[in-house]
Amino acid sequence: MAATMSDAGTRRDFLYVASGAVGAVGLTAAAWPFVDQMNPSTAALALASTEVELGAVQPGQQVIVKWRGHPLFVRRRTPAEIEAAKAVDVASLPDPLANNNGLPESAPATDANRATKPEWLILIGVCTHLGCTPTVSTPQMPEGDYGGWLCHCHGSMYDTAGRIRKGPAPRNLEVPPYTFLSDTRVKVG
Amino acid sequence: MSGPSTYNPNSGIERWLDARLPLPRLLHDTIHTFPTPKNLNIWYTFGGILAFCLGIQIVTGIVLAMHYVANAGLAFDSVESIMRDVNYGWLIRYMHANGASMFFLAVYIHMFRGVYYGSYKAPRELIWIIGVLIYLLMMATAFFGYVLPWGQMSFWGATVITNLFSAIPVVGQHIATWLWGDFAVGDATLNRFFSLHYLLPFIIAGVVGLHIWALHVPGNNNPLGIDVKGPQDTVPFHPYYTVKDAFYLTLFVILFAVFVFYAPDFFGNPDNYQPANPLVTPPDIVPEWYLLPYYAMLRSIPNKLMGVIVMAGAQVTLVFIPWLDTGRVRSCRFRPLMKQFFWVFAVVCVVLGYCGSQSVDAARFGIPLVWVARIATAYYYAFFWLIMPIVGLIETPKKIPASISQSVLGDSAAAPAE
Repeated sequence: MAATMSDAGTRRDFLYVASGAVGAVGLTAAAWPFVDQMNPSTAALALASTEVELGAVQPGQQVIVKWRGHPLFVRRRTPAEIEAAKAVDVASLPDPLANNNGLPESAPATDANRATKPEWLILIGVCTHLGCTPTVSTPQMPEGDYGGWLCHCHGSMYDTAGRIRKGPAPRNLEVPPYTFLSDTRVKVG
Repeated sequence: MSGPSTYNPNSGIERWLDARLPLPRLLHDTIHTFPTPKNLNIWYTFGGILAFCLGIQIVTGIVLAMHYVANAGLAFDSVESIMRDVNYGWLIRYMHANGASMFFLAVYIHMFRGVYYGSYKAPRELIWIIGVLIYLLMMATAFFGYVLPWGQMSFWGATVITNLFSAIPVVGQHIATWLWGDFAVGDATLNRFFSLHYLLPFIIAGVVGLHIWALHVPGNNNPLGIDVKGPQDTVPFHPYYTVKDAFYLTLFVILFAVFVFYAPDFFGNPDNYQPANPLVTPPDIVPEWYLLPYYAMLRSIPNKLMGVIVMAGAQVTLVFIPWLDTGRVRSCRFRPLMKQFFWVFAVVCVVLGYCGSQSVDAARFGIPLVWVARIATAYYYAFFWLIMPIVGLIETPKKIPASISQSVLGDSAAAPAE
């Protein structure tokens, strides 16, 4: 059977490699559904938006609403808090990027890029370290050294623009996409 | 040391079975005649105690699963119903919850025993590595189990631990989402954790089988750390060690019962009697006591990725001990220098645990605990990666006895028959 013998191997070699390759591809294809079933279902993926009524929120006050399973911080900042946030040199920050979903990724973490309307700071209340909800700081009950938030889990401190200043968190608190429907109503998501 | 089988089938049924499925032979050779060093002390009884703990957790766990509901809306109430309504539900749940702590207490004693007597050294490297694997599986199982009552600590513990994966560059956040099955810890997470919590103990039981199989090839190490020279150094496992194990197991069960009946919430956290609330993190979140040393390491590093690497590295390090320890003598009894470093290491582990239990900005005697934890973390790593290799090379061990038999019986037995 000289016709089946060559440098490329025998017919049996070919069948061996071919069936092995098809088997490996088949196994991988069969494994994928078992991996992907762990990902969020279509129900979870359906993007939800929420509207927040701002009329009752006083300066210096923060309200927390639930958005996509996470707490959402809506903080009405006092003029002093806005000034404190503006006075910070962006280059000196641990995370110099705005981390604002409504802006390009490279936008710097200036106060204007963190809060489109300076009075209203809207953030996802999830510490960028390991996901705890940071505690808000007020002049009466200070939390952390920078007047913003302190995460009690591992000690990350955020300033009055929600930017990380000290502690293990790597990034500024995330700013969700939002639009003001009126002066007292904002739509998040 | 396992040697040729000494099993001798006496009856027709035994001979019939032996030729088809030699299960009686296996049991005879492994738990009856198995030659065991005659000098094993109390610290060698924890293997049997651990097998008991695994059994307790599986039996109580199967019962709890008959009454538990893995649903974010119902889980907390179903646990309360187990505690109040199910007949003896309080007892079974307290046994399960405290059983986890007793399991870890026993495994830590078992592991420190292994380090002190050099039980990981050749030819027992694989026994040790399989043991580390069991320990990792235990931690995963305990973590999944702690989430199931769906209290505040359950929820936020799950959030923090799963977020550890988000530290991995590029794909981290996708892995976290994949683990959650949502964009935050929620119902999907609870369901899969319940499924895995039910699965893993059986995986552990299988790996324990490998652990014992590997143990029965070279046989037990012993407090002297010297090899068995012959039959005069050993006694049969039964009745000598079955009785010894049973005695210390009884003492262990008394301690277990003290917690179950008199302080059932001693190891628990009161915050976990509040239902999970995704909008409010408790002011001080702490893991269960057996994870505190790692938690202290994580918190002591002011960088997310590095913190996770240091914490995971502390566990991965254990795998390499058999090759990091360069000493020729196994037992610390004959290693005057290593013995001191060992005890410092044991204290450092407790200090780390203490640091992990305190709030993140706490200080004692004017020293911030975060710095105590940093120094302790440095020692933890130094112990394995510097002290073990270096001390093994520079240390002069004490004179080791000629044989187990000589050490036990004195010089009169110095010249055994063979």
